[in-house]
Amino acid sequence: MPTVLVDGQEIEIDADERLNCIEVARRAGVEIPHYCWHPGLSVVASCRMCLIQAGTRNAETGDVSMVPKLVPGCQTPVKDGTVIVTNSEVVRESRARIEEALLIDHPIDCPICDKAGECLLQDYHFEHGQSERRADIHPFSSRRRDVGPTVTLFVDRCIMCTRCVRFTREVSGTAELMVSARGAKEEIDTFPGFPLDNKLSGNVVDLCPVGALGDKDFLYQQRVWFLKKTENVCGGCATGCSIVTEHNQDTVYRLKPRENPHINKWWMCDEGRYGWHHLHDATRIVEVSHRNHAHWNTVEWTSALGQLSKDLNDAGRLGVAVSPMLTIEEAWMLCAVARSIDPDAYLAMGHVPSTGHDESFPGGFTIRGEKSPNRIGIEMILSMFGALTENSTVPEWEEFLEQIRTETVQSAWITAGYPTPETSWCDEESAAIFDNMNCLVVQDLFRSPLSKRATWCLPAAGFAERNGTWVNCGHRAQTFEQAIRPPAGVWPEGRVFWSLLGRQGLYDPESIRETIAKNSVGFAALSGDMPSLGVDLRLQQVTGT
Amino acid sequence: MKFSDTFQPVLLEAAGIKNGFSIESYRSRGGYDPLEKLLVEKKPAEVVELVKSSGLRGRGGAGFMTGLKWTFLPKDHPGPIYLCVNADESEPGTFNNRILMEDDPHQVLEGIIISAYATRASTAYIYLRYEYPKSWDALQKAIDEAYEAGLLGDNIHGSGFSLDIYLHRGAAAYICGEETGLIESLEGKRAWPRIKPPFPAIEGVFRKPTVVNNIETMACVAQIARRGIEWFRSIGIPADPNNPRDPGSYGPKLYCLSGHVEKPGCYEAPLGITARELIDRFGGGVWKGRRAKAVIPGGISMGLMTEDELDTPLDFTGPGTVGCLGLGTAAVVVIDDTVSIVDFLHNSCRFFAHESCGQCTPCREGTNWSLRMLERIRAGKGRLRDLDLLTEIGDTMGMMPGSTICGLADGAAWPIKNSITKFRDEFEDYIKQTNPTGYMETDPVPALPIVTAH
Repeated sequence: MPTVLVDGQEIEIDADERLNCIEVARRAGVEIPHYCWHPGLSVVASCRMCLIQAGTRNAETGDVSMVPKLVPGCQTPVKDGTVIVTNSEVVRESRARIEEALLIDHPIDCPICDKAGECLLQDYHFEHGQSERRADIHPFSSRRRDVGPTVTLFVDRCIMCTRCVRFTREVSGTAELMVSARGAKEEIDTFPGFPLDNKLSGNVVDLCPVGALGDKDFLYQQRVWFLKKTENVCGGCATGCSIVTEHNQDTVYRLKPRENPHINKWWMCDEGRYGWHHLHDATRIVEVSHRNHAHWNTVEWTSALGQLSKDLNDAGRLGVAVSPMLTIEEAWMLCAVARSIDPDAYLAMGHVPSTGHDESFPGGFTIRGEKSPNRIGIEMILSMFGALTENSTVPEWEEFLEQIRTETVQSAWITAGYPTPETSWCDEESAAIFDNMNCLVVQDLFRSPLSKRATWCLPAAGFAERNGTWVNCGHRAQTFEQAIRPPAGVWPEGRVFWSLLGRQGLYDPESIRETIAKNSVGFAALSGDMPSLGVDLRLQQVTGT
Repeated sequence: MKFSDTFQPVLLEAAGIKNGFSIESYRSRGGYDPLEKLLVEKKPAEVVELVKSSGLRGRGGAGFMTGLKWTFLPKDHPGPIYLCVNADESEPGTFNNRILMEDDPHQVLEGIIISAYATRASTAYIYLRYEYPKSWDALQKAIDEAYEAGLLGDNIHGSGFSLDIYLHRGAAAYICGEETGLIESLEGKRAWPRIKPPFPAIEGVFRKPTVVNNIETMACVAQIARRGIEWFRSIGIPADPNNPRDPGSYGPKLYCLSGHVEKPGCYEAPLGITARELIDRFGGGVWKGRRAKAVIPGGISMGLMTEDELDTPLDFTGPGTVGCLGLGTAAVVVIDDTVSIVDFLHNSCRFFAHESCGQCTPCREGTNWSLRMLERIRAGKGRLRDLDLLTEIGDTMGMMPGSTICGLADGAAWPIKNSITKFRDEFEDYIKQTNPTGYMETDPVPALPIVTAH
């Protein structure tokens, strides 16, 4: 195996791996500081922060010959016998000088900068910079320029790494950002009339190593050191991007993509990124209510659940719509609850919102038209319960409506949880089909024409308020943790179903997942600890058999 | 080497001839005959060998072996291969390409056609400096004449070799003269020099193998084809037998003499003429009978020679022996003893701060920082510490210490280094006299509010 020497440490790499010095040093536990290099973008080697000493070791004699000058770590590929020195005096001096140069024109306005606390310029200056300023003291300047609907640019904070420019050229393919002027006067800018307005624009803020690009949604909302981070999965579409939910005191402040080479690489779309506001929407359903003709009563959860199952028991054949917003654990429990109430219960897929078309970007990122995170998972759960039509497919929402229309089921439990407060997912026309139900349970985030007709209206939890497993459009199952607690009065679906199943203690999705994994070949890979990048269920099936 | 009286200018033979720029005049001087002969008699590889064995080194500034550069092209490449001719002559003090393009464009074209034939390029681009409208007219006219004469276009003289030449006018940026900056600019992009490897010979214009050569190099190729290797190697300074890495400095060279001389101009001389000879023989001496204080050997980015160093031969290795960066473009600028070196350096720093493309941090910030310091020194607020800072910037910025992608920063650093090491006393006197109370200050001082750049 090829061996690379990093500061005297021998690091073995695979023969077919193409790594640069930064990547190989990372394996040795050595961080080579860098600004302009990003694994998802082309190499420009312009910030010169990653300058190191490199050379080669003669395999036979063991003699090391070093390149006489400094080389950029990002641009220098490693091969067998490459020698890297990252901690010599020369390298340290060079880093200090780059830091010094970057701070000549930087306003150093950290106290009023949103990036403070997660800023590479701060971190690297602390670690590699000089304690003394040698350049002249410049008058403070902080110009702000709107570059698009979601992003604002603090012009003077920019260190010209051009990551954002390369992102718009290489990943989003929209090329709105450019460098204008020359030398120390150059700035990031847009052409007049062509603002940074694409569906991936928020990523440039993540890419910015300093506080130059600010997210208008997050600007001045919270200091980053107050934020707690929970690994989560975006529920915005069937892509199921790995994300980090950043929150404080049960309030979400922002979502960030989490690197996952199998799904979203380093990116996420704006729709997902800003798609958490519904969690804190004032119009959310936050209490259980029971309708007696036109009269609504608020009921406590504990008494409601007993009453609800009794109502359903007495109401004829039960139909259950399993929402693709539920996790597989919740869906499994819901199906189990339904079958315990009515062994002949009709199980079907809930409404799957869709725009009808996928959107792909040159950087290999796709926003799915299917706007739910777990359709495939729900289908697999439903088929576990034998809920199949004649042609062995899982019944869809339309077929469910048909059953109601033809009155083959007399009571229904509709799970929803769609994050769209402004437009209701169910129109009056479809809702009217449910007018003659014996008992209708609707579990949703927001009121809709359907919830108006419900006998029982239950609150649902949002994506960051639940834990469990979603299966994305590529059959990759990702398990995630609950980030925040739902508003007072809201029980996440898992807790509701857990209680209805008569289980003791707190809802434990892991035990449910184990049960699912044991009982289904398709889910066999879910047994045990789940890797943070998820598992490909199809791959596991192939290797498992 | 003493200048020989028998030396006859060849590159400049058209200078002073009436209508010397026309194809008729060029033909009457024996032009295009060697090309026609060569297309019939020689294979491309033989032309490469011819140029290689002539010892011709690129006239653009770096002095790389032209023939060797051509051999870096991939063998049996399906094409297209491009030839770029660098006419973005922006180095301060340099105007030899301009003379060639305006006075004898056909000589340049013949060189281009021969070079394209040798490199198997079927398209050649001439990247012309924006500020040269007259060269544009002259070259375009010459290209039209050459097409008419069947020297350009498809199947030139039935040889099976085709060549189209396009004239491309830049948009006035110094960085476009850098090989890969030129390529980026030619592709319609911002002229940010590329990282190497891949070198242009492997991946250049439009990601295809590309050779970039200077206008004067092309003229030299035409002369080598006409007069032969022996003639070419009889001029100049032979390789140092004790230094295996010295390929020698052969052939005639156009020296651009400007500044404080009686007769500034573009003069042809054998490589290796000393600056003093150049000034005395061609320039008529330093103007008004004054003494030279310093001489720029080859464009401002090459640094400074002092009066004592004027006997250094101006070949590819000479200026390096006295601490300059190299021969560069052989643009010799004479600075007389009335000029303040502080003013000289300020002007130099202003130029490079303005022309730094802004890609690499050390150059972008270093050129700007040095300009700001010199602004302050000239405003009477200099400190002795600034000289150390300037020297440090000069020592650490550039391709040589490895801190930048291209050589612009080396060019910016050399005048700083040379001026301060060779004229430190003058700088210290200036600072002490203009800032008698604060010259020992070491703490950071407030920056001056306005920075004047072009």
